[in-house]
Amino acid sequence: MKVLVSVKRVVDYNVRIQIKPDGSGVVTDGVKHSMNPFDEIAMEEAVRLKEKGKVTEIIAVTLGGAKGEETLRTALAFGADRAIHVKEEGEIQPLTAARALAAIFKKEGAQILFTGKQAIDDDANQTAQMTAALLDLPQATFASKVELDGTKAQVTREIDAGLETLEVDLPAVISADLRLNEPRYLKLPDIMKAKKKTIEAVSFADLGVEAAASLKTIKTTPPPTRSKGVMVKTVDELVSALKAKGLV
Amino acid sequence: MSKILIIAEHADGKLNAGLSKVLAAAQKIGGEIDVAVLATDGASVAAEAATLAGVTRVLQIDNANNAHPIAVVLAPQIVELAGRGYSHILFPGTTTGKDVAPRVAAKLGVPQVSDVMAVHSATSFDRPIYAGNAILTVEAPAGVVVATVRLASFTAVAAGNSAAVEKVSVSAAAPAGTRFVSIQAAKADRPDLQSAARVVSGGRALGSSENFSIIYKLADKIGAGVGASRAAVDSGYVPNDMQVGQTGKIIAPELYFAIGISGAIQHLAGIKDARTIVAINKDPEAPIFEVADIGLVGDLFTVVPELEGKL
Repeated sequence: MKVLVSVKRVVDYNVRIQIKPDGSGVVTDGVKHSMNPFDEIAMEEAVRLKEKGKVTEIIAVTLGGAKGEETLRTALAFGADRAIHVKEEGEIQPLTAARALAAIFKKEGAQILFTGKQAIDDDANQTAQMTAALLDLPQATFASKVELDGTKAQVTREIDAGLETLEVDLPAVISADLRLNEPRYLKLPDIMKAKKKTIEAVSFADLGVEAAASLKTIKTTPPPTRSKGVMVKTVDELVSALKAKGLV
Repeated sequence: MSKILIIAEHADGKLNAGLSKVLAAAQKIGGEIDVAVLATDGASVAAEAATLAGVTRVLQIDNANNAHPIAVVLAPQIVELAGRGYSHILFPGTTTGKDVAPRVAAKLGVPQVSDVMAVHSATSFDRPIYAGNAILTVEAPAGVVVATVRLASFTAVAAGNSAAVEKVSVSAAAPAGTRFVSIQAAKADRPDLQSAARVVSGGRALGSSENFSIIYKLADKIGAGVGASRAAVDSGYVPNDMQVGQTGKIIAPELYFAIGISGAIQHLAGIKDARTIVAINKDPEAPIFEVADIGLVGDLFTVVPELEGKL
């Protein structure tokens, strides 16, 4: 069984992001980047399924500029067998990304698309669902457990009401939530081995994909700042402060 | 003029309260506001929705396939409804809304606005990116606007309306290939972390999972949900579904207690929208005090039990 894992290069989750003074966006130059944490979880899940013998080939895909190659090398170090880099320097919104992923999914004859439930930069939480829609395939989003059984997958999903389990026929799209697994630490030999694996570069034109209508960004602004509050010295003062605010 | 369709969420014959907040967002857009109830028998949910302010009419779509809110099943029905001249399709920013909305947007060939937190016009909205560390103002292109509404950003509309309820049938067939198996409801002994009005979170300073009991005791005393910092989760004190922060849950309670939490960016990103933040920490220099509304420097092992006793 061939699976596709879509991974995105994002500003590292430990970076305190800066907004450009002219409001044109978030500073990304010279800032540490890494693989989107939810995509790492998706990648880890694919590798575990391969280690269990349920998956035969893992293809990592990223969309974006030249530096996306670093993210693909990380995916290859995790255990992807090969990688596809959809090269595009400009902004790629979810519907356009979904079109490209759908085209690759079809071309490769993959059985599962794994990806993170959302990227921690744009927080859109759309690409997996949109790809499933374009392919007319079942989707199981926010997965916290995945069990493959031949032509079906049982997926437990983290939803507001608790844990929901769905059974989906393959092929299908699965998006990973935080609890699905804990990604492994990459070892040096795996990182070295990853350097020898193949990354195929393609363009939207190669895939026959056109950019979708997109949202136009008017401006990027900082959130309202929280003003520093008061310091209290004792528990009694804390209790009075809470009572004064009507909170207890 | 806008014609808005809101997809109501419901479970066990009860309307999800999120609808009244989506209605508040819809009223800011302005125009006619219809609410769609997709269920097997949506009569009681539709009747409840019809009482909410701002609703023009409620569409009750009864369909045997709608026993569970499965995205693959709901999306084609919503796409069909969208064809009745709607300019906006709005979903609550719940896990169900987030599951279904992009499927509808993709089928309609339009981009989606996720987590609308402010409405500037019928086509211009604010939405958070980088876990709320930046706010994007976006303009939707021509065509239907598909959006999810961030519930923490809007105040519920009042009841007292009596809008008409219309039974509507749709012809969209349910795609095969997805089956509901089971649902395991979240433990009901404590309020759900994501929607709780009060949350008490503990950090690495707790030192062990046994010591976390003082956090639970305080939480139970004030009827709060319980969360934790990533450091506490990584140290194995609590399971990771309790993690509050950028890669965990992003919450907006009325009252938030950060206990023994230093205030890493990761964590702060998850609590930015809390109405009141109370921080208790031994280290007066801890960054959590920069964002706390009320701070108390002290040893949590003496402060927290004392606080619990006095509340």
